[in-house]
Amino acid sequence: METTLPAPPHIQGPSSKEKKYDRQLRLWAASGQASLEDAHVLLVQAGPSAVGIEALKNLILPGVGQYTIVDPCEVMEEDAGVNFFVEEDCVGQPRAKVSCEMLQELNPDVKGRYIAQPVEALLRDPEFLSPYTLILLVSPISSLALKTIATYAWEQHVPLFHIHSLGFYSHFTVCLPPSFPVVETHPDPTTTTDLRLTNPWPELSALAKEKTDGLERMNDHDHGHVPCVLLLLHYLEAWKQKNDGRVPATYREKQDFRKAVERGARIYNAEGGEENYEEAAKAVLKSLNPTTLSRHLREIFQAKECTTLTKDSPRFWVIASAIKTFESRHHVLPLPGSVPDMKAKSADYIRLQNVYKAKARRDAAEVLATVRAQEQALGRTDNPISEAEVENFCKEAAFVRLFRGEPLQVVSIDGNGNPIVGHEEPGSECSDGLKSIRLALEDTESLMPLYITFLAYDVFTNRDVPLDSDPAGASTLLHPAPGHADSSVHGDEHKLLRIALSILSHWYTGDSSEIGSRISDFVREIVRFGGGDLHNISALTGGMVAQEAIKVITRQYVPADNTVVFDGIRSKVWVFRRTAGMFRRR
Amino acid sequence: MPSLERSRKRWRHLDNVLGRTGPFTDETFVPGLETIQALERNKILFAPLLSRDCLSPNVWKNTIDVSNLNRQFLFREADIGKPKAVVAANFVKKRVGGVKITPYYGAIQDKDEDYYMQFQQVICGLDSIEARRWINATLVNMVDPDNIESLKPLIDGGTEGFKGQSRVILPTLSSCIECQLDMHAPRAAVPLCTLATIPRQPEHCIEWANVIAWEEERKGDTLDTDDPEHITWLYQKALKRAMDFNISGVTYSLTQGVVKNIIPAIASTNAIIAASCCNEAFKIATNTNPYLSNYMMYSGDDSVYTYTFEHERKADCPVCGNLIKDLWVDGSWTLSEFIEWMKEQPDTQGLKRPSLSKSGKSLYIQVSGLEEQTRPNLDKKLSELVSEGEEVVVSDQALPVDLRFNFIFKK
Repeated sequence: METTLPAPPHIQGPSSKEKKYDRQLRLWAASGQASLEDAHVLLVQAGPSAVGIEALKNLILPGVGQYTIVDPCEVMEEDAGVNFFVEEDCVGQPRAKVSCEMLQELNPDVKGRYIAQPVEALLRDPEFLSPYTLILLVSPISSLALKTIATYAWEQHVPLFHIHSLGFYSHFTVCLPPSFPVVETHPDPTTTTDLRLTNPWPELSALAKEKTDGLERMNDHDHGHVPCVLLLLHYLEAWKQKNDGRVPATYREKQDFRKAVERGARIYNAEGGEENYEEAAKAVLKSLNPTTLSRHLREIFQAKECTTLTKDSPRFWVIASAIKTFESRHHVLPLPGSVPDMKAKSADYIRLQNVYKAKARRDAAEVLATVRAQEQALGRTDNPISEAEVENFCKEAAFVRLFRGEPLQVVSIDGNGNPIVGHEEPGSECSDGLKSIRLALEDTESLMPLYITFLAYDVFTNRDVPLDSDPAGASTLLHPAPGHADSSVHGDEHKLLRIALSILSHWYTGDSSEIGSRISDFVREIVRFGGGDLHNISALTGGMVAQEAIKVITRQYVPADNTVVFDGIRSKVWVFRRTAGMFRRR
Repeated sequence: MPSLERSRKRWRHLDNVLGRTGPFTDETFVPGLETIQALERNKILFAPLLSRDCLSPNVWKNTIDVSNLNRQFLFREADIGKPKAVVAANFVKKRVGGVKITPYYGAIQDKDEDYYMQFQQVICGLDSIEARRWINATLVNMVDPDNIESLKPLIDGGTEGFKGQSRVILPTLSSCIECQLDMHAPRAAVPLCTLATIPRQPEHCIEWANVIAWEEERKGDTLDTDDPEHITWLYQKALKRAMDFNISGVTYSLTQGVVKNIIPAIASTNAIIAASCCNEAFKIATNTNPYLSNYMMYSGDDSVYTYTFEHERKADCPVCGNLIKDLWVDGSWTLSEFIEWMKEQPDTQGLKRPSLSKSGKSLYIQVSGLEEQTRPNLDKKLSELVSEGEEVVVSDQALPVDLRFNFIFKK
């Protein structure tokens, strides 16, 4: 017999954009994609490396809004050996134009531009940098351009990446604004569940009481379907009664508690055990820890931006301050409200889930009320913070991060061509930056000696032309690369090593012979490259730069803070914090 | 052929590394012409574009889909629907003059040893464990101790979101993909009873639509996860079921993600891992620097982090150890329970239609004719079929070699 079914509801399938970007929307969602599409990335390059072009490729494919390439060079034959976005028959044409057009083919949604001029000349227009929301600066580059762009980026709070890829090695520094908060850090969901088992609120306790009432008398089916969260609350209640109201705190106590839970399981049933009890026992060690504030969150609460709100405070700080108020009132953060899956009947699980969700909504409402009161007090009610933003912040609160950028300092040179850097004074307290450098140098796994060699390379090639000179072109602003000719290899090794060891002597006053010999190996390898780029390494580095750029643009995930060094021989990354103190002369 | 003079000008940067010795180069490294020629002669098999379907007859699925365009820089909108291998080869040939590329559009297991012998190295970025295991075992089996040419380094890369890994495998000399299977834990499967009676998550409703509702209501229709009508049907079914149980969160996108087991993928991570694999291949081909020994894990979601280590060979690896492995089993299991259990174990995950035998006697053989004869064994207890310490051989279409196990009964 045929029956007439009602017509199915109209289903809006994915849009063509959602289809194209499906695999990345699963990582950064529509909000991240919107930020990416609002971005305008500037690439400044003048040397042979394709690392900036490779980074752009990885930003254009996922749909960055706009890009502009500044590059004064013409395509040479050797470019075709390192850069996938030039062709041999383009020799003699502006490289910025050729690469811009070939990159543009990758994604018609993206707008590409190029300027085939030296950046030093363009920078004379003080407005030149204003359209760009993120800058990629590729070495070798004149220190004139580097200093001017770095100063602008720091003052205007524009994220700046300084990148260098050379032979098998590369490094880049991410210069973030002085205050760069990230709310959506995407922590691993298995390690972040906050169930409040040790300090349940009344509704949760009531549900546990109701659902575990007469536990011993339940039939096997019901007994095997009590959600593990409620089982734990039930057994915790019993434990507290025996232990002066305390919950298991030490490892030993938790082990004992776990055994008590396990003893409650029925094992003479058809399955030979109960999954919900197994889940409960497994959760004991990690779910009974009292919730403490992370170091990062404490820093945020203590920051002067949080303690002194103004009419113009960024929204982040207004919400952070309201959450701080919540925390000082309740000694816990707002409840995130998510509950992991667990063995349970559907209706019981949904009820449990709703108890958590309702509490999370109440907490968020309290935070929102504080935000509204602040807006009143500060006279900023005309542009209120959205409820959704407050709710989202509350959900992520425990894992919010704040990054403090550093201005990009360069190594200057004195009249004799010697590097001028910050230094450690024997016997006196040195700055935190230098302390961590010293520790890194003593760690044989660290790539700090390689980084020092890169700094020495910049000193080696830098002519340090004064800012007011007339820049004719990038080539006149830089010395030839060490090892550019076979005949120069030996002499250049000596000179580069001398500069590197001079930097080392400023940063390390102990016995440095072992560190020196590691530096010497890196110097020989770097001179071997003769300033040459290896496409594999620039492609790999361009991938890392693009990942970091996406994190900075979308304000999602955790960016590298702030310098990444890559060794393509050992296939290893080293991350450290480059500080202004490393370069400031006392 | 272009003269060496002209063609080398393009490679000026590269030639510094090929023509000069460095502090870390091996003493057997010969800088200059010999190394350059060795590199030019190098013939590498890239198996990066085969999808999980490459082991099924559906090889046509290895064509370009719109969702590839967010990360694959060799494809353009106009290429949608064309074979990936052909489009990629044509594009690279156009950009890099002098390189010879032969696209092969088909299933990897259709090729025999002679095919693989012509290459010096194999680089793969396959998206399924089955395909990786297949190529790994093929290369391990090819090694002839008397012929050094038969040892083909295998470089493998894979990504998921901001994370990835690359590894270098010297078949029979270093830890192989089979030795490293514990690095890929199988995803926990949701029990069927949860799907059927007590769904709690939107994923449970989608799996129910996929596994149960389709079978009940559209029996005979082959589910095609690339057909929007099919996905829409599953989505509606899942949505209805979710509403019945007050479960929120079923969306079209989630339905697609669950049904197709979609793994997030972005251009930047693919660039990192692909370049890392090529960097290792370059070092192996030229000896310009030591290559990775033998595993790098890359993680970019929380700062940048690499863990580079040497994964040890497993003495009892069923592929490169070719030894019998002890297997602890419960003698009271039926053979069919044992087979289901096996499919969820890290070492034997992904088995499709396993056949089992012991010392020349068939236990259960999934070949028509034999299947009917051996089917009664499925309900028998292991202890009735096999005695303690007896060797059992497992073969399966997902395995290029047979696995050998010593059965030991749990007390």
